[in-house]
Amino acid sequence: MLMQTQTQAETDPVTRPTPVLALDGITKTFPGVRALSEVSLNLYPGEVTALIGENGAGKSTMVKILTGIYQPTEGRILVDGEETRFPTAQDAADAGITAIHQETVLFDELSVAENIFLGHAPRTRWGLLDWAEIHRRSSEILTGIGAEIDPATRLRDLGIASKHMVAIARALSIDARVVVMDEPTAALSHKEIEELYELVDQLKAQGKAILFISHKFDEIFRIADNYTVFRDGQYVGEGRIEDTDNDALVKLMVGREVAHIFPERTPELGDEVLAVENYCHPTEFDGVGFSLRRGEILGFYGLVGAGRSEVMQSLFGITRPSSGRIRIDGEAREIASPADAVGAGIVYVPEDRGQQGAITAMPIFQNVTLPSLGRTSRSGFIRLAEEFKLARTYCERLDLRAASLDTDVGNLSGGNQQKVVIAKWLATQPKVIILDEPTKGIDIGSKAAVHDFMAELAGQGLAVIMVSSEIPEVLGMSDRVIVMREGRMVAELGGDEMTPETLVRHAAGIRES
Amino acid sequence: MLKRILTARETILAAAILALLVLIAVRFPAFVAPSNLIAVFNDTSPLMLLALGQMIVILTKCIDLSVAANLALTGMCVAMLNIMMPGLPVAVIIVIAVALGTLMGMINGLLVWKLDIPPIVVTLGTMTIFRGIIFLISNGKWVNAHEMSPAFKAFPRAELLGLPMMSWVAILVILAFFVLMTRTSLGRAVYAVGGNPHAAVYTGIDVGRTKFTAYTISGALAGLTGYLWVSRYAVAYVDIAGGFELDTVAAAVIGGVSIAGGVGSVFGAVLGALFLGVIKNALPVVNISPFWQLAISGSAIIVAVAFNAQANRTKGRVILKQAEAAA
Repeated sequence: MLMQTQTQAETDPVTRPTPVLALDGITKTFPGVRALSEVSLNLYPGEVTALIGENGAGKSTMVKILTGIYQPTEGRILVDGEETRFPTAQDAADAGITAIHQETVLFDELSVAENIFLGHAPRTRWGLLDWAEIHRRSSEILTGIGAEIDPATRLRDLGIASKHMVAIARALSIDARVVVMDEPTAALSHKEIEELYELVDQLKAQGKAILFISHKFDEIFRIADNYTVFRDGQYVGEGRIEDTDNDALVKLMVGREVAHIFPERTPELGDEVLAVENYCHPTEFDGVGFSLRRGEILGFYGLVGAGRSEVMQSLFGITRPSSGRIRIDGEAREIASPADAVGAGIVYVPEDRGQQGAITAMPIFQNVTLPSLGRTSRSGFIRLAEEFKLARTYCERLDLRAASLDTDVGNLSGGNQQKVVIAKWLATQPKVIILDEPTKGIDIGSKAAVHDFMAELAGQGLAVIMVSSEIPEVLGMSDRVIVMREGRMVAELGGDEMTPETLVRHAAGIRES
Repeated sequence: MLKRILTARETILAAAILALLVLIAVRFPAFVAPSNLIAVFNDTSPLMLLALGQMIVILTKCIDLSVAANLALTGMCVAMLNIMMPGLPVAVIIVIAVALGTLMGMINGLLVWKLDIPPIVVTLGTMTIFRGIIFLISNGKWVNAHEMSPAFKAFPRAELLGLPMMSWVAILVILAFFVLMTRTSLGRAVYAVGGNPHAAVYTGIDVGRTKFTAYTISGALAGLTGYLWVSRYAVAYVDIAGGFELDTVAAAVIGGVSIAGGVGSVFGAVLGALFLGVIKNALPVVNISPFWQLAISGSAIIVAVAFNAQANRTKGRVILKQAEAAA
């Protein structure tokens, strides 16, 4: 059925107007990573096109290409059927393309009117800023979208929803032909979302082409006319929304061949090592509770912003929960700082290795031993021979390839930096290791090595928590999966319940149809 | 290990100092006579001590602009104490000086740690406050040589094995610092905090406490130097060591300490201080106005920072190459 829709759209160009903006055969590579591979996207005047895909499917990269922030490695950008290029963000804006980002890119210290017209403010005859005109047009636009905001207000005095309205007003002030909305409803209340839908209808009526990026299926079916689906940086299909349904879209999003073979393992579950009870945080998550046994790999799946990393950071003592208890080996423990967590046997390999993982200006061996210096010291002084021995033991276990352990970590590749961080934690002899997106941004070969290693760790009786947004990884590695949505645990799945469809359903909040 | 101690930066700097000495020796052989070299080293000792304190603070991504004011206040306090109690043994005076300096360092550290105020603002403030306090307690008057007890003045000049005590203090502190920075977990924590504060947090290191400790150590060294300075020059007044905090920053930066934190070594900072010391002592000998010293040390800073930037750039290329190879 789906294939039919697709061919229909492709072989029946007569019924479709020329796209205002078409991206054709776009490939974008970064050193070591192919973010987009020959993808296409068409945006039509007066229509809303939803761009759908999992985390990491390449949606954000696509937005950055069509707003001139990234340059495509290969492929063509067509405006009204004519090939063009956007060497800078200004060129894209000049072509009438404007984006409203997930996190608004505005200036807190400037007024609403200044934010709306920054960079393209009307001028007087003398070339000075025409403040009367700026304020007049600002209130005109704001009234037009039903936002009651005084243009003279300083932006930082506004709430997040009002800031969003300012971002939209800014987009409209450019006289845009193409409006990109990147998860525009993420920060909005129910009422504000309804207002946004009305606004989108208005924009459609004005003949603007809208690219709408969202994870929420109800939204997509409410306002989109067309859809385009990306998966792993590749184009998998497009069509009219009225010709499809929930199930078909979910299948397009996740239905893939498993990219590589995951290690075979027969989990030998031991005693309960970690029990988390009713963990709550004032703003990030609520009522999280689970139990973890020795030798088990527990997956945490959810959309970006579902609160998974926040839970892990709180288990590791980076943030304090407002309530809740932790027991390790049956014993209640208070974790108020990362040092407490390491002492209790919980370690955390963060998602952002560059920012949070390794200290790049430090040699490998010093990175590895940093949390274990107590064991290599005598009367407060580090014994270098001991330290080197400890570092070498764990680097060899991880098959870390480097000229010397004296090399600065900054000189290593991403995969090897990851290994340094893991080696650092293994050297503390933990009971529970939390891996946050352990294979994000590393190449296929290194991925397989990390997976093998995770299986090995679990085999040795370590309890592993893996936060991952990659469905094959979650399904291929986990013994059990907890799905989170909007800060809450919405499902705990094991055995046959673990399918791509159930994961996506729970994560996106789609009801069983 | 030897390789790490003598990384390129320290070797280049040592070579530059040697070249400078050779250059001067060609015209003025007396300058490189052992007795004069000892004099130069001794004269540079206060700068070396403060540069080490400055180094440990800069390594944690902070800065201590109050070191010279701390030195002056401590110096004034012990000088006045000496007037009031001339019989107090020098050992006790040194302990008091270190304690006073430590206290002032702790104030800086607490403000940076607990109130999260930017380090440059904190120490600019305390710098002015410390100078102000000197004026208040001294009424702006000088403490002169004849008011100080002989023992008070004698200590830094007393010689042991041909070397003045002030030089011995500097040597001991340098050695202690070397051990501290390379062989203790505090030293590692300092590098980690400056190298990547986020990663340090995730490794279980208390970033704020580490900065506090760095300021405390810097303060203790400033206090110690305060006594040495006042007793050696046998005078204390509001403005002693005025502007000297910038010399300490200059010595650290010339010695390869990255102003962005996380990179630098004890020997680098010491050599940076010696480089400035040799220039300062040589200029009058070769008959160049001492005012040139400012221009020369200023140029040395820029050259040193340019060196750092250059080194980082080549590093970036290497990473990219590896990434390409991996892909």
